[in-house]
Amino acid sequence: MVENRPWLIALSHLVLIVGVIVIAFPIWMTFVASTHDQATMLRSPVPLWPGSHLIENYKTVLAAGYNRPGSVPLSVTLTNSMVMALGVAIGKIVISIISAFAFVYFRFPLRRTFFWAIFITLMLPVEVRIVPTYGVIANLGMLDSYSGLIIPLIASATATFLFRQFFLSVPDELTEAARVDGASPMRFFWDILLPMSRTSIAALFVIQFIYGWNQYLWPLLITTKQGFYTVVMTVSRQASVVDTVPAWNLLMAMAMLAMLPPVLVVAVMQRQFVRGLVETEK
Amino acid sequence: MEKRVVFNERWLPYLLVAPQMIITLVFFFWPSGQMIWLSVLVEDAFGGHSKFVWFNNFKSLFADPAYFDSVRLTIVFSALVAAIGLAVSLLLAVMADRVIRGSSVYKAILVWPYAVAPAVAGVLWGFLFNPSVGIVNWLLHGVGIEFNYVVNGNQALLLIVFAAVWTQVSYNFLFFLAGLQSIPKSLIEAAAIDGAGPGRRFWDIVFPLLAPTGFFLLVINTLYALIGTFGIVASLTQGGPGQATNILVYKVYNDGFRGQDLGGSSAQSVILMLLMILLTFIQFRFIERRVHY
Repeated sequence: MVENRPWLIALSHLVLIVGVIVIAFPIWMTFVASTHDQATMLRSPVPLWPGSHLIENYKTVLAAGYNRPGSVPLSVTLTNSMVMALGVAIGKIVISIISAFAFVYFRFPLRRTFFWAIFITLMLPVEVRIVPTYGVIANLGMLDSYSGLIIPLIASATATFLFRQFFLSVPDELTEAARVDGASPMRFFWDILLPMSRTSIAALFVIQFIYGWNQYLWPLLITTKQGFYTVVMTVSRQASVVDTVPAWNLLMAMAMLAMLPPVLVVAVMQRQFVRGLVETEK
Repeated sequence: MEKRVVFNERWLPYLLVAPQMIITLVFFFWPSGQMIWLSVLVEDAFGGHSKFVWFNNFKSLFADPAYFDSVRLTIVFSALVAAIGLAVSLLLAVMADRVIRGSSVYKAILVWPYAVAPAVAGVLWGFLFNPSVGIVNWLLHGVGIEFNYVVNGNQALLLIVFAAVWTQVSYNFLFFLAGLQSIPKSLIEAAAIDGAGPGRRFWDIVFPLLAPTGFFLLVINTLYALIGTFGIVASLTQGGPGQATNILVYKVYNDGFRGQDLGGSSAQSVILMLLMILLTFIQFRFIERRVHY
């Protein structure tokens, strides 16, 4: 601090407290709504403080979803989201780290072409090419499957760039030493490069787990069987259905469960999260 | 930048890039090629036959006033999201940079929204502003403002802007904070010794040094508003009321999947893709400059 101005510090705290309240308010209200019974949540103004139906509501949504005929239990959709998020995060890390290894440590024909081909994928998110991508998945018979949910999302330029950047910063002496000792390239990768990449992998995992968990359009397009629905799409779909007597308490309990895993990951791994965020954008 | 020391292997590198290349070819290049191909075809109303029509899909798109309404809407929406999002997070970052006590608590809470899916954020904001039970509606009603996003187009637009800014604040905040913390303290101290007050120091020293971060975030926020907000619109307004929130990325989906207009939707996709390429290009040009800087 350059100088001591108590009123300025007080003002800063005031602004931050207001900011934090505004940012946290939607999540707080969601939590509050998920702890009351249905009738309470239909009377305006709704309560601002939690009620006594927390366990009951969460039990209901886990076992029966929105609790109407045809709604999917959240235990199913949460499992699907977990499979998808882990699959996307791990899949991206695996295929990116080995291709970055190839780009940095080998010289081979078509190397630049391959690199640019991967770079271009940055410019074509699923949202932009919805119709034809759906067609491809349908042709390959990958609708309603975990492989359909995961594989098309794991080609990632950002992860490849991150690992490439990291490998370029690894001292050449290590590679030389490995070669002198007669280690094969894969040996070098397993015993030296992979252990050194731990922090990059952790940072990337946090970002990609959130990315996979929060996917909305992709599961919406390619799943028609309830057994493959993910939690984010279920919540959103239920919210946009016009209901004569909406069960806000259940819908908000569903929304809480849909947010919980990624928020927990960010809260617990905050340092890796910030690192991953800043580095993947470099 | 290249490595000096490399391995000599003939087939291994191809094996290593194969998984990523196969997925890229099958799930990016194949559909993108089809998209460009579809954008110059017209499908028969009963399916089956399609006809090559050159750029007719683009021509009819550009002759359609509804498309330009959507373009205008998207520009207004992106500008609002970027402007409000950057202003709010810059303010919060400057304040968080100033306080010493409690800053980690503030930071821990301010990063939450990043973890919330846009589609879920839409549900949360829809609940706060629900016409019958929304708590914010109730408060606004108390001061004489009627807020009903289900029937009022401008209010619907405002609501998706709020939800979009909310999900993006964490990201902007973290980058601004990192930018602020990388400004040398000696500069600030020198200015303070010369008698510059906090306001003067901010506008003359901190703000210009933060400009590169701000520009980078401007591009990222525009990209987010253009593409990433799909889930918010889908959960909150589905493009309505009327066409009031039918932004380009939602229109591609709406026309392609609900309207079954494959040619028109693909033509829109191609235009959106060109826009993405332009913005990504700007982003990378800029980052290259920052590295030399």
